[in-house]
Amino acid sequence: MALAHEDLIASDIEAYLEAHERKSLLRFITCGSVDDGKSTLIGRLLYESQLVFEDHLAALEADSKRVGTQGGDLDFALLVDGLSAEREQGITIDVAYRFFATEKRKFIVADTPGHEQYTRNMVTGASTTDLAVILIDARKGVLTQTRRHSYLVSLLGIRRVVVAVNKLDLVDYSEEVFDQIESDYRAFAAEIGLTDIVCIPVSALRGDNITESSAQMPWYPGPTLLGYLETVEVEEEARDGPFRMPVQWVNRPDHEFRGYSGTIVGGTIRPGQPVQALPSGRRSRVARITTFDGDLDEAVVGQAVTLVLEDEIDVSRGDVLCEEGRRPQVADQFEAHIIWMHEREMLPGRPYLMKIGPMTVGMTMSRPKFKVNVNTLEHLAATTLDLNEIGVCSLRLDQPVPFDTYRENRDMGGFIIIDRITNATLGAGLLNFALRRADSVQWQSMDVNKAARAVRNGHGPCAIWFTGLSGSGKSTISNLVEKRLDALGAHTYLLDGDNVRLGLSRDLGFTPADRVENIRRVAEVTKLMVDAGLLVLVSFISPFRAERRFARELLQAGEFCEVFVD
Amino acid sequence: MNEAQGDQGSTTTTGLVATPQLTHLQRLEAESIHILREAVAESENPVMLYSIGKDSSVMLHLARKAFHPSPPPFPLLHVDTTWKFQAMYDFRDKMVAESGVELLVHQNPDCIEQGINPFTHGSAVHTDMWKTEGLKQALDQHGFDVAFGGARRDEEKSRAKERIFSLRSAQHRWDPKLQRPELWRVYNARRNQGENIRVFPLSNWTELDVWQYIHLEQIPIVPLYLAARRPVVERDGTLIMVDDERMPLAPGEVPVEKSIRFRTLGCYPLTGAVESEADTLPKVIQEMLLTTTSERQGRVIDFDSSGSMEKKKQEGYF
Ligand SMILES: Nc1nc2c(ncn2[C@@H]2O[C@H](COP(=O)(O)OP(=O)(O)O)[C@@H](O)[C@H]2O)c(=O)[nH]1
Repeated sequence: MALAHEDLIASDIEAYLEAHERKSLLRFITCGSVDDGKSTLIGRLLYESQLVFEDHLAALEADSKRVGTQGGDLDFALLVDGLSAEREQGITIDVAYRFFATEKRKFIVADTPGHEQYTRNMVTGASTTDLAVILIDARKGVLTQTRRHSYLVSLLGIRRVVVAVNKLDLVDYSEEVFDQIESDYRAFAAEIGLTDIVCIPVSALRGDNITESSAQMPWYPGPTLLGYLETVEVEEEARDGPFRMPVQWVNRPDHEFRGYSGTIVGGTIRPGQPVQALPSGRRSRVARITTFDGDLDEAVVGQAVTLVLEDEIDVSRGDVLCEEGRRPQVADQFEAHIIWMHEREMLPGRPYLMKIGPMTVGMTMSRPKFKVNVNTLEHLAATTLDLNEIGVCSLRLDQPVPFDTYRENRDMGGFIIIDRITNATLGAGLLNFALRRADSVQWQSMDVNKAARAVRNGHGPCAIWFTGLSGSGKSTISNLVEKRLDALGAHTYLLDGDNVRLGLSRDLGFTPADRVENIRRVAEVTKLMVDAGLLVLVSFISPFRAERRFARELLQAGEFCEVFVD
Repeated sequence: MNEAQGDQGSTTTTGLVATPQLTHLQRLEAESIHILREAVAESENPVMLYSIGKDSSVMLHLARKAFHPSPPPFPLLHVDTTWKFQAMYDFRDKMVAESGVELLVHQNPDCIEQGINPFTHGSAVHTDMWKTEGLKQALDQHGFDVAFGGARRDEEKSRAKERIFSLRSAQHRWDPKLQRPELWRVYNARRNQGENIRVFPLSNWTELDVWQYIHLEQIPIVPLYLAARRPVVERDGTLIMVDDERMPLAPGEVPVEKSIRFRTLGCYPLTGAVESEADTLPKVIQEMLLTTTSERQGRVIDFDSSGSMEKKKQEGYF
């Protein structure tokens, strides 16, 4: 317990407090398989950096003698072992949070014990952290579990990874062993898009390279584990991003004051800046940034504030205040990664609730396009998702929501899934992209429009949608119709199923979900062609009424004509 | 806290004018405010449990920040045992008068009738009847669906994995199977008829953070946290303050004046004092950091049986 700040505490507490006040905060997650030494490592960090209380220390000494694995020496793992009760009772636990502070920083560690529930636990723990420490046992090297942890870390958008290669004492502090593991890891990590990686050889048990550079490993020139954690810049990527504030609460103490309270989840804001409220699209400017401590000149990502706008525009809980030029999209259909966290399996088509930011909306999910084997990263066919499975699905909401992709902004693209009956949290999701924009304000109106093109063409646009089974004669009939129209001087185009599958939908197969997606693409293309003024003949096996309705709804009344060929 | 911002901006390597990085206390504060707002927005009838201790003081302060310029949109509930320190009652009444927040006080009528007290009934029965049962009664009586509590994850190892939004059955039981994963800043506050949710806005604060914040924000606290000469008797190695005449003294037992303070406040007969000369907040923090045993040592109830904390939680103590 060598503590430089102990002297300062004793000699000048006021100065210590002032320094402590200014510390930043780092939240990190530790990932390791059972017996990699995770508990020992966390216990060691707590012990080395904190003033471990005397009674805790006395208990630790006693416990180390009684149940410790170190033959009576201090067993640091026992410091963090608050979970034995659950283990014995077989209760599921997800994440335990630990706290410690050093001279430079305060830390919150998300510790995810257990391996059966690993995916759920890790995803939960990772969602609030800036960095991941991945443990590797030097004797074992990069294992399946290491890959799994790294994949989850990368999926959850953590960009900084520290690989702590532990138990170097058991491999004679060998540089070769370490180098091999490092290069194995880097090769793998690059595949999954992790690039910001630091590898540190440590012995959690002996304290090598934890807080002090190890005399046993003169060949290692890099930082100690704690040294790195204390100084790594937690680049607040969201800070340089566009301004975002989901409104949590409308603050109306009286008729004079109307403010919108929320946490800024992207960018910065100043009085006078123009903002837009989504989904309504109404615009105003920020008049004041109000807090209990007085008005602010500027507020940044992470702060909880109350904004007063210059104009009385209608804004309610769940709306997002955003920067005008760089606004989020608004959509009601998405592709998303879904992480299922409940014993009862996910059911495609069943109505669930989605909570994204402060907004709760109705949601259904398609059959998964695929699920991911978290050990091999293979894509597997799936009809549903079970507990701890991850898959990619299409989502449909009952109302449009403003969002950014999860990659761009975790708060604007991450959501939870809630059961409508039990209210349990069933899973989590990460928005990848919108399948259909619901944001009418996004559609650019052109001067040369449909009406102008109709005048030029001498006829209005229309989609004629031929449906029917394979072999029913759709292609023959539509072909004849087009010839006839062409002879009349009409501007036509025939969208044929096979042709589309050769190009636009080359990546799709014939599962129900893929068929739905194929029709969606065709419907969207049809819409553009109708907008271009054409008479569009669509010849497709389109078995799902929902999708035909979707196509119809994309167009205006009178622009869609369905022909069933039998 | 915001005045401090100006001079701690870090510059990024890109050379852009960097916006100031939030300090750990600013981040904790913002997180707590976010939690308070979210719970209130999703609740029909929220309440804040107010124990008069330092954590309650911080929680109330945060609530005033979260809803400013509105007053906190919920009442405070003090589940009283009639055995708190007199200084706590005085402080409570003063705080309520000054802040204008509505205060509800509940005293379990069964306890009053049976005269439940820690001396004849023991600490376990006393605490269970006054606090655990009293709290359930009060929540049921008013139909509160969300109750804010000041518990922290660092208080005890078993607390480390407690949720921020903790669901209780209609019988107020904490069922581990009902607890929900919590991701990002998205909290699921939905509940069925009869269920209620305990919300802990201070979950991620440590004891030091709380003290530091009280110091920084100059939040008023009960004077018992600071050392002064007070009459005490020593029982089983614990210093108990003789706060009023209800304290039975053993034959020959004479209270002595000692300079003492409390690290945690509860019912006076159940709360151990520490000998100390720390009569200012910085000195208290200094002592806490340098010597010490962990905070809960002062709470006599913890010694009743091992794992008692976990048991109390299941029974609805928190
Ligand atoms: N030799 C050696 N043993 C270690 C080291 N770190 C952990 N251990 C031991 O490995 C075993 C598992 O450690 P523990 O921390 O409980 O692993 P966890 O399951 O990942 O939390 C224990 O017996 C530890 O004492 C290390 O750096 N060197």
